[in-house]
Order: sequence, then structure tokens, then C-alpha cells
Amino acid sequence: MSKVSVMEKYLPYILIAPSLAYLLFFIGYPLAQGLYLAFTENGAFSLENIEYLLNSPFSKFWEALTDTFLLVLVIIPIQVAIALGLAMLFNMKFWGRNTALYLVILPLTISDVAAGLIWYSMLSTNGFFNKLLMNIGLIKEPIYFFGYEYRPMEFLAIVLTEVWRATAIVFVILFAGLQMISQDHIEAAEVFGANVWQRLRYIVFPMLKPSLQAALIIRTLFAFQIFGVVWVLAGRDIPVLAGEAYYEQVQLRHTGVAAIYALIIAAISVTIGYIYIKLFRAQYLEEGG
Amino acid sequence: MVDVHLKGIVKRFGKTIAVNGIDLDIRDGEFIVLLGPSGCGKTTTLRVIAGLEKPDEGRVLFGDRDVTYLPPRERNVSMVFQSYAIWPHMKVYDNIAFPLKIKKFPKEEIDKRVKWAAELLQISELLDRYPHQLSGGQRQRVAVARAIVVEPDVLLMDEPLSNLDALLRVKMRSELKKLQRRIKVTTIYVTHDQVEAMTMGDRIAVMNKGKIQQVGRPDEIYLKPANVFVAGFVGTPQMNFFDATVEIRDNEIILDASDFKVRLPRDYLPVLQEYNGKTVIVGIRPEHIYPEGHAPTTAKKLSWIEGTVDFVEALGSDTILHLNTGSMILVVKISGSHHYEIGSKVKVALDLSNIHVFDKESQVSLLYKRQREVQLS
Amino acid sequence: MEESSIVKYYLRKIIVAGLVILAVLWVITPFVISILYAFASKTDYYSPNILIPLHYTLEHIQKLLDLGATRAIINSVIVAVITIIISFALGLPAGYAFAKFVFRGKDSLKLLIIGLRMFPILVIAVPLVTLYIRLGLNDTLLGVALAHTAMALPFVIIISSSIFAGVPKELEEAAMIFGLDRKGAFFRITMPLALPGLTAAAIFTFIMSWNEVFIASVLTLTNRTLPAFILTSAMAAPDFIKFAAGFIMIFPAMVFVFIARKYLITMWGITLK
Ligand SMILES: Nc1ncnc2c1ncn2[C@@H]1O[C@H](COP(=O)(O)OP(=O)(O)OP(=O)(O)O)[C@@H](O)[C@H]1O
Ligand SMILES: [Mg+2]
Repeated sequence: MSKVSVMEKYLPYILIAPSLAYLLFFIGYPLAQGLYLAFTENGAFSLENIEYLLNSPFSKFWEALTDTFLLVLVIIPIQVAIALGLAMLFNMKFWGRNTALYLVILPLTISDVAAGLIWYSMLSTNGFFNKLLMNIGLIKEPIYFFGYEYRPMEFLAIVLTEVWRATAIVFVILFAGLQMISQDHIEAAEVFGANVWQRLRYIVFPMLKPSLQAALIIRTLFAFQIFGVVWVLAGRDIPVLAGEAYYEQVQLRHTGVAAIYALIIAAISVTIGYIYIKLFRAQYLEEGG
Repeated sequence: MVDVHLKGIVKRFGKTIAVNGIDLDIRDGEFIVLLGPSGCGKTTTLRVIAGLEKPDEGRVLFGDRDVTYLPPRERNVSMVFQSYAIWPHMKVYDNIAFPLKIKKFPKEEIDKRVKWAAELLQISELLDRYPHQLSGGQRQRVAVARAIVVEPDVLLMDEPLSNLDALLRVKMRSELKKLQRRIKVTTIYVTHDQVEAMTMGDRIAVMNKGKIQQVGRPDEIYLKPANVFVAGFVGTPQMNFFDATVEIRDNEIILDASDFKVRLPRDYLPVLQEYNGKTVIVGIRPEHIYPEGHAPTTAKKLSWIEGTVDFVEALGSDTILHLNTGSMILVVKISGSHHYEIGSKVKVALDLSNIHVFDKESQVSLLYKRQREVQLS
Repeated sequence: MEESSIVKYYLRKIIVAGLVILAVLWVITPFVISILYAFASKTDYYSPNILIPLHYTLEHIQKLLDLGATRAIINSVIVAVITIIISFALGLPAGYAFAKFVFRGKDSLKLLIIGLRMFPILVIAVPLVTLYIRLGLNDTLLGVALAHTAMALPFVIIISSSIFAGVPKELEEAAMIFGLDRKGAFFRITMPLALPGLTAAAIFTFIMSWNEVFIASVLTLTNRTLPAFILTSAMAAPDFIKFAAGFIMIFPAMVFVFIARKYLITMWGITLK
């Protein structure tokens, strides 16, 4: 073998190696380090952090766990439903579609912190929403969304903000998926007598399954990392896993406890990803000749 | 089973006018072919009939029912899409069965019909496969099978045989035609293959640039083309066209082409009278020009000219001569295999009873303009 | 029959238009309101009867900048730029390899990269602190940028591979036939063709880093990036300072996205697959 072709043979590996090494280091090392931090105290094995996490009156672990799951369970279905509806709406032809599309996906670029601040301006006591309702006379007193005693309203505000901010991602994935379904396929069903519901049921949904799967995985994984929105709107009134990790690390310097939170988020993500991939299967794409 | 009427259909896509004022009356149970070059608006016309496009102007009638704004599924039509539109997530069986399932046929009936259609299109062994496991031609046959399992009022087919090999295509042509005769469904069939159009259509509508150029039986389209476009589009090799000046002296008609003169029979006098001194377009098909010794005995009115052999296409069943008459090339078709030396001189006869004359400006046939009033854009 | 089908047809059009307007309003209203409030005068904001502010001022933005936001903005830009440089330096060659070479293990490697993209990257922040303290990287912008690179790198690899794959192989091969080597062909042919797409990818990397708050908050104390600064400092400030903070955060993102809007959908489509 000549020198050039040996070079050619290994070139792709050489090109990929630095990235891979970087990623493996920056993800592998922290995971190992996280385990070490979580289960040691002054260099010796210890369950002190776990003990603190589960039983300390300062720890809001169980609340954080349930609230995170609750938020995910409420937010994701709403997002998927709205995104699906929007994707189908935008799959039709109408005047000004591109402009409308651009406007609808604007939140894609907005960080969670900024989204929290934006919705704070909508919902605060002197915010737009309260002023609007008071001025048209629907309410006399402002509706309070923020403060520990209004926790259900804080929860609602978080849901609203997350739906506003992150539905766009689901929408874009589903819309791209819909666009890949050739219009002919839907029209053919229409010609053969399928009504709107039948077209969705038999043609659109089955063909959209891969996109739906991708959207669900991505959204769910990110939803379990929810932090910025919650921190801006509710602080620790509604504790979430990432928020507690932040709090334990930055405010209390409980690095070990924060590391456990991090590991829990990682474990949940991996499990969820695995479940989704098992659950959804686009059979027609896999069955070979 | 229904008659279909298109009244002044116009369809624009932004600046392009895909269909530009189409009037067409299709009889109940008729097999009509839309024939025309690529991009002339055939698919668009079909989609308007199916209800997939709303025309910008005009109406679509099924019988006396105005269906212009009716959604496709309320029209009881069936369609073979040009792109097939076979659903990739359904097996072939389910693809074909879909229209029946939607119309709530009983299971045994669905099974019977799917098997029947698959048999007819020779795809029985493929029923259990997914579309991505099929070749283009096989997919196309699935699309045809899916369109014929139901009995629609109107069957729309957009180039349904374009992707089949020659042998299968010939067989499918006759199968489809037989089927259509049997179930007597009103059929609108799009193709740009003129052989297909000639052999299958009860009538042919020749289209160009979004307009219908001529509607008629296949033999009418061939023998009495209404304008230069139809004359040139139908028939292979293409009809010979040349400019000639009309000279009428003592009831004698002379067509003066630059290289030669042709004396026309008196029969042409009524139509050519007013063209005295003017230039017209003359057309004659290659099969209506006979070299010495090849003139059929039935051909009476002949006009002889001479030319040099420029080029010979030996097709086996036919021989095509390209004859240089000075400043133009005449294409001559002789049936059978014959040998000609390039450069040799050949005398050929134009069959004057099969000559076509068109107005130079409007390109409309002077002989057959009553067939249909046509304006070219 | 005819009448009712026309009515139905237009009714459908009206419903579609209505829904689209509703969707656009739902997205746009909070944007508009928050931007208006960021510039509204104090009295207008606290007056219960003034829905849309009438008097505007730059005071809040100014106050926020004085509070330390200027420094934070500069920090954010530095972090984002370092992130772009490192992640592109590492990611482009890998993306090119995935796009243009056939090699054993390619699919598994690609799957691994996509899997790492899914990994909840904020998890790495806490353990990194210990490492950074040892390396002297704690509370430095470089440290944040290195972590952000871990977040952006899979994205850069996937997106650049799809961009490179979009440049027909024949073009490069033609260049090689006419005397360029692989490297020459890459820099003279492929790179210029891929440039617009890569620019858009860089913009997205910028926004990713600009928006990231958890890692930045955990890894810095004094050298806060903008989101980290806002999370700690601005939260205690009066409402209108918060709105100003919101505006400063969304403004560059929106400008950048406007520039790269043509690529917006395709890019998200590709990276999130
Ligand atoms: N959806 C569309 N948007 C814009 N232009 C279109 C659309 N559909 C058709 N056209 C244009 O309208 C004209 C007619 O198109 P049509 O598909 O009806 O042609 P056709 O006769 O079926 O051609 P072919 O034989 O190639 O299938 C073409 O110029 C085409 O470019
Ligand atoms: Mg067509």
C-alpha cells in the first residue's frame, strides 16, 4: 500500500479524533468526577450527601422531583398538541405564510431567562395582562401570579412561558416533517374519499411518526433540565431538579449534593431517551428488502 | 357514470398561466385523452377536475351538478397521480385497499377486489411489500390498481403507463381500454405519448400552452389537424412544413415554394381563392410523399419533384429519407427497407389529396378550420 | 348545493386566516409588550390605566448597564466568540470527514455524536468546578467557553457535515482532476460554497452560548456572562430593570436570527433530527 492511501485510510479518523476526545473528556470526566463528589467526603466513601438530599429539612429533593415531573407532564402534551395543530395550519397555502412562519418561530432564539423576564412583564401585578383585564372591567383587583402564597399561579405562569417559548422547537421539527410528506400523498387520500380526520389518522400521523419521535425526545430531555424560566418566575417556590442543583452549588456550596442532582438528571434523560426509542418505531422505514 | 363539462377554466400560478380558458365537454362513459407537450397544463386540468385545485375562473360540472367548489372526496373521482403518490408507510395491499376501506366495503369484498386489480396489473406477488421495495414501474402499477378498485364516476389518469417497458405498456394499454369499456367509467387520460393517445382515446383533446387546440376522434386529429401545432405534434416523423405563395391563374392553383412549384387540384379553389398572391404554410406528412415506384395505386393526384438524398434512417420496418430540394429538407417515409445512396437524385411525388394549407398569420388550417375555432396565443 | 359548497370553501379560508392571526398574536404580543415596557417611563408602568405606555426613556437600560451589565455583555461576547472558534476548529474537520469519507464505524460514530448532543449538558457544570479550581480555570471566561464548546460541538459537527454533504462531490473531484490536491480542493472549492451555511451555523453557536445560563452561573462568580449576571443581580431589582434586562438579552439574538432567517428552519430541522 502506498503512503498516500494509508494516509487516506486514516484521515477521517484523524479528523474526527480531536472532537471525539474533547467530547468524551468534557462529558466523561465530569460524570466520573460527579460520582466521586457525590459519594465521598474528604476522600472517603460516604452517604452523607444522599442522607442530606433525602432527609435534610433544607433539601427540597422530593418536591423538586415531583414538581419537575409535573411540569414535564403538563407542558409536553400541550406543546405537542399546539405544535401539531400549528404545523398542519402552516402546511396549508395562504397569503403571507412565510412572514407568519418567521414570526411564529421567533421564540426559538430566546433563552429561558429572557422568556421568563418577558412573561414577567406580561403577568406582573402592573403587567399588561392585569392592566388589560382591569381596563375592560373583567376584574377589579389584579390577579397575583407571583409569590409563595400563589404557587399554583406561579406554576401556571411557568407553564404559559414554557409553552410560549419552547413550542416553536416542536413546531419546527413537526413542520419540517410535514413538509417532507409530499402533498401528493395527502391529496391522493383526499381524492379517494378520506375526510380530514381520516387523512390525519391514516396518512399524516403514520408518516409523521419519526418527526414526532424526534420532537418528543428533544423536548422531554430539555424539559427535565428546566431551570431559567422557573428561577426567574418562581425562584425556589417551585423547586426543580436543575434549580436545586444550582442552589446547592452556588448558594450553599454543597458540591456533592449538586453533583447528585446532576447525575439524577443525566439518569432520567438516558432512561427517557431509551424508552422513547423503544416505544416509537417507524416500521416501514426499517423493514428491509 | 357522469358527463363532465369544463367551462372557461383558467388557472394561474403566480405569473404562469397553467390553464388558459379551457372548454371541454366529455360524454358519459367516454375515454378522452389529453395530449400535449410537457408543461402545457394537462396535470393542472386533471387536478381541477379532481378538485385538488380551484380554478381562478370557470366552472366544472359533473352532469348538471356544479362541483367547482366541492372538495375532492365529495366528487367520487379516482386518480392515478403522475408522481404515483403511493403511501410509503402502507404495504402494497393496503395501498390498493385504502379507497375501499374509506368507502366501508366489507372485508371479503375488499380482498376480492384488491386481488383482482393486482392480478390485472401483474403485481400479485408484490402485495406484501412496502413501496420502497418496488421499482418505478411496479409502483406505477400499484397506483393504477388503487385507482381502479373502486368504481368512481370519473377516472383520472395522469400518464399512468409512462414508466413501463414497451411490452408491458402495450399490454396494459389494451387491458385498461378493455376495462374501461366494460365498466363504462368516464375516463380522462393524460399522456404525451401520441401512440397511446391514438390507440386508446375515443376522442383526443390536443393541448398546448394551456389551451385546447383541437378535440376530435384520433383519425380526425391525424387527417384533419386544425392548425400547425396539431399537425406538427401528431405523427412521426413530423409533418413537413414550407412556405409557399398562392398563384391563381385561369382557375389553376399554383403553390410556389422557392424550390419547386406544385399545381393543386381545382377542389382547393374555394378555400384558396382569397389567398391569391399571399403566402401560406403548406404541410404534408412524410408518409404522403412517395419516391418513384412507391406510390400506391390509389393515389391519383400527384405532383413530382426532385431532390438529393441527404441522409437515410433505416428503421427496418420503415425507411426515412431526408431529401434536399435546394433550400429545404423534405422528410419522406417509405414503408419497408430500401437502400438509397447518399447524394443520389430521387424523384418523389407529393400526394395532393393529403396536403394541408395553413394561414401564415393565425396558423389555422384553411381546409379544416370548421373543426374548431382556435386562436393561438 | 353549489351555494353551500362555495360558502364552505370561503368559511374554511376565513377560519385558517383567523387561526394564523391568533397564533402570530400569541407569539408576538409578549415580545412587543416586554420591549415597550423596557422603555416605558416609571409612572406609565405603575399607572393602572395606561395599557400601552406613552412616555419612553432610556433610563432603565442605562441603569442596568451601570449596574454591571456592560461588563456582562462584553463577557458574554468573549465567551461566545471563543466557543465559536474552538468548536469550529474541532468540529469542521469532523463534519467534513462524516460528509465526504466512507470509513468503518462511521454510522456508530455519528450516532454517538448525536447521542452526545442529546446529553443534558448542564450536568457537567458542577463536577467541572472542582477540576477548574485545580487548573485555575474557575471563574474565567475561557473556562465557561470550554464548557460551552462541549455543548456546541456536536451541533457544529452535525450541521457542518450536512452542509459539506450538500456540496456535490463532483465539484471537488473536478478540481482534483484539474490539478488541485485534496486540501486545495477543499479550500478553493468546498469552503467557499459552504461559507453561507457555516456563517449561519456560527450565528447559531453564538446564540446558544449567549443564551446559556446554568453552566455560566455555576462556573463564574465575578466574571458573569449576561444571563448569569441577570439571574443573580437583576432579579432583586425593580420590575422595569428586569424588562430592560429582558430586552438586552433578546435584542442581539433577534438581530442575528433576522440575518440568518433563511437558514433558520433547515438548521433546526437538521440539528434536531
Ligand atoms: N403548483 C404550481 N406552482 C407553480 N407553477 C405550476 C404549478 N403547477 C404547475 N405549474 C406550471 O403550470 C404549467 C402547467 O403545468 P402542468 O403540470 O399542468 O403541465 P403538464 O402538461 O402536466 O406537463 P407534464 O407533461 O410535464 O407533466 C407549467 O408551466 C408549470 O410550471
Ligand atoms: Mg403533468
